[in-house]
Amino acid sequence: MSEETSMSDSVWILGTSMTRFGRHEGLDVVDLASEAALGALDDGGVTVYDLDALACGTLFAANAGVGQQLLGQIGQTGISVYNVANACATGATALRVAVMAIRSGEASMAMALGVEKMGKMGLLGSTPKGAGRAKVFEPSGRFGSVRSVDGILGTKTMPGVFGQAGMRYAHDHPGVGFEQFAKIAHKNHLHSVLNPLAQYRKPFSLAEIKASPMVAYPNTLLMCCPTGDGAAAAVLVSGERLSTLSTDQRRRAVKLSASVLTSDPYVEGGQVQPDVNTLTRNAADAAYEQAGVDPGDLDLVELHDCFASAELIHYDNLRLCEPGGAGDFIDSGAPCRDGAVPVNVSGGLISKGHPIGATGVANVYEIATHLRGEAGDRQIPDARVGLAHVIGLGSSCAVHILERSAA
Amino acid sequence: MAAERIPLVAYLVLEPEPHLVAQKCETCGARFFDRRNGCGSCGGRSFEPAPVATAGHLRAYSIVHRAAPGVAVPFVSAIVEAADGTTVRANLVEVPADPAAIRLGMPLRLVTYPVGADSEGTECIAFGFAPAAR
Ligand SMILES: [Zn+2]
Repeated sequence: MSEETSMSDSVWILGTSMTRFGRHEGLDVVDLASEAALGALDDGGVTVYDLDALACGTLFAANAGVGQQLLGQIGQTGISVYNVANACATGATALRVAVMAIRSGEASMAMALGVEKMGKMGLLGSTPKGAGRAKVFEPSGRFGSVRSVDGILGTKTMPGVFGQAGMRYAHDHPGVGFEQFAKIAHKNHLHSVLNPLAQYRKPFSLAEIKASPMVAYPNTLLMCCPTGDGAAAAVLVSGERLSTLSTDQRRRAVKLSASVLTSDPYVEGGQVQPDVNTLTRNAADAAYEQAGVDPGDLDLVELHDCFASAELIHYDNLRLCEPGGAGDFIDSGAPCRDGAVPVNVSGGLISKGHPIGATGVANVYEIATHLRGEAGDRQIPDARVGLAHVIGLGSSCAVHILERSAA
Repeated sequence: MAAERIPLVAYLVLEPEPHLVAQKCETCGARFFDRRNGCGSCGGRSFEPAPVATAGHLRAYSIVHRAAPGVAVPFVSAIVEAADGTTVRANLVEVPADPAAIRLGMPLRLVTYPVGADSEGTECIAFGFAPAAR
């Protein structure tokens, strides 16, 4: 296939950047967005005046017009701005919007940006209404409840939901349990030591991980992602427009060969425990087909390890292991950075951090940086194909497959 | 005098014996616990009440140690598959909050217990699942 043909009707990452994840005292959401956006433009050798569209993902500031505020700081060009929010899939949804803008032909260059300013915000929710003594019980809401049910009819908090998802896999697959989940956190904390942009860069022993305070069994504190601040951006370009750019820009461009977003189809039980498996399998299968790639072709994967128990089930959902073989997969060391299918070499959400809106773009930054051979100490040698996965409870799942430029 | 007991949620029926009642889609049979606008499984629009089996087994659980202020911890959140195939979420009760005491697949039965009263003395009755007598 000639370069001319391969570049038409295709979408490429021209430039990408992310801030360090963690606490950024004194910087607001627009500061973080500006740092990532300007970084991605500089990386791609273009300016804000080259963009036809901006998709901006942020969750907790979703009604603040952050995309427009960003352009207000870096160049108010009057282009279309799409502010999006989609739970933990917010950043990946911004990426999807930019991809659709280019695939439709309405834009030839678009930016996807994800940003979040969380500080030390927890994800456990606030004091439930009616937890104290009620005046007079009155059924209300869709379930006709007379008081909060949190902690009585089980849990709907994220650590518990993903704990239950992991334990359900353990129910169906003997040999999976606390030990396997702990090994995943151990791996990801080791990986982040090599990543200068990660929130934590400290290795922990398996014993320390198991002994850290329990949040929601089987996930201890060191098996849960932290909250934090950060931003990531990617400048996408059509193959046609890329062909007009410099040799160096074309050489460093990374092909986005699949972009898929799914929501959860009906399953029995989905009303009481979100099914994070079916929509992930659907997204992965569609992405492999779109890219013409097999799971066996992947050189690295960044997947949504909001909790260690989540990473384990996604080995199976993304077809990285034999069906039912996620326990053996981690036991064998396959997802370690020197293993057969390195998973979360950035440190993953558990150790790199999870500023919610930024995560889905940061995963793509990580893959693209390896495919360009620019990942420094943590480079996976000769990486050619990578996959980025995120999931937002509710639920949404995005899978993107990236390939190194042939040029 | 006002009712002395009220169920925590409308899908818990206390008399004659405590049990759950689902809204069952008349077209495809999908069962739901909330107020429905339509069926998420097939798009159907008519439902009928369907009692849910009170016996089941433990499909998954999490022992929650950190929760919102005001929620007592630790507690065991359980995903239970009722004998008729309906999935239910509730606390596992009458079992220590310790993984050594909990076995995936263990047989369970629905139980009810009071969780506070209002200013008129009406007691709120919740449900949970306890190990079934062997
Ligand atoms: Zn139906």
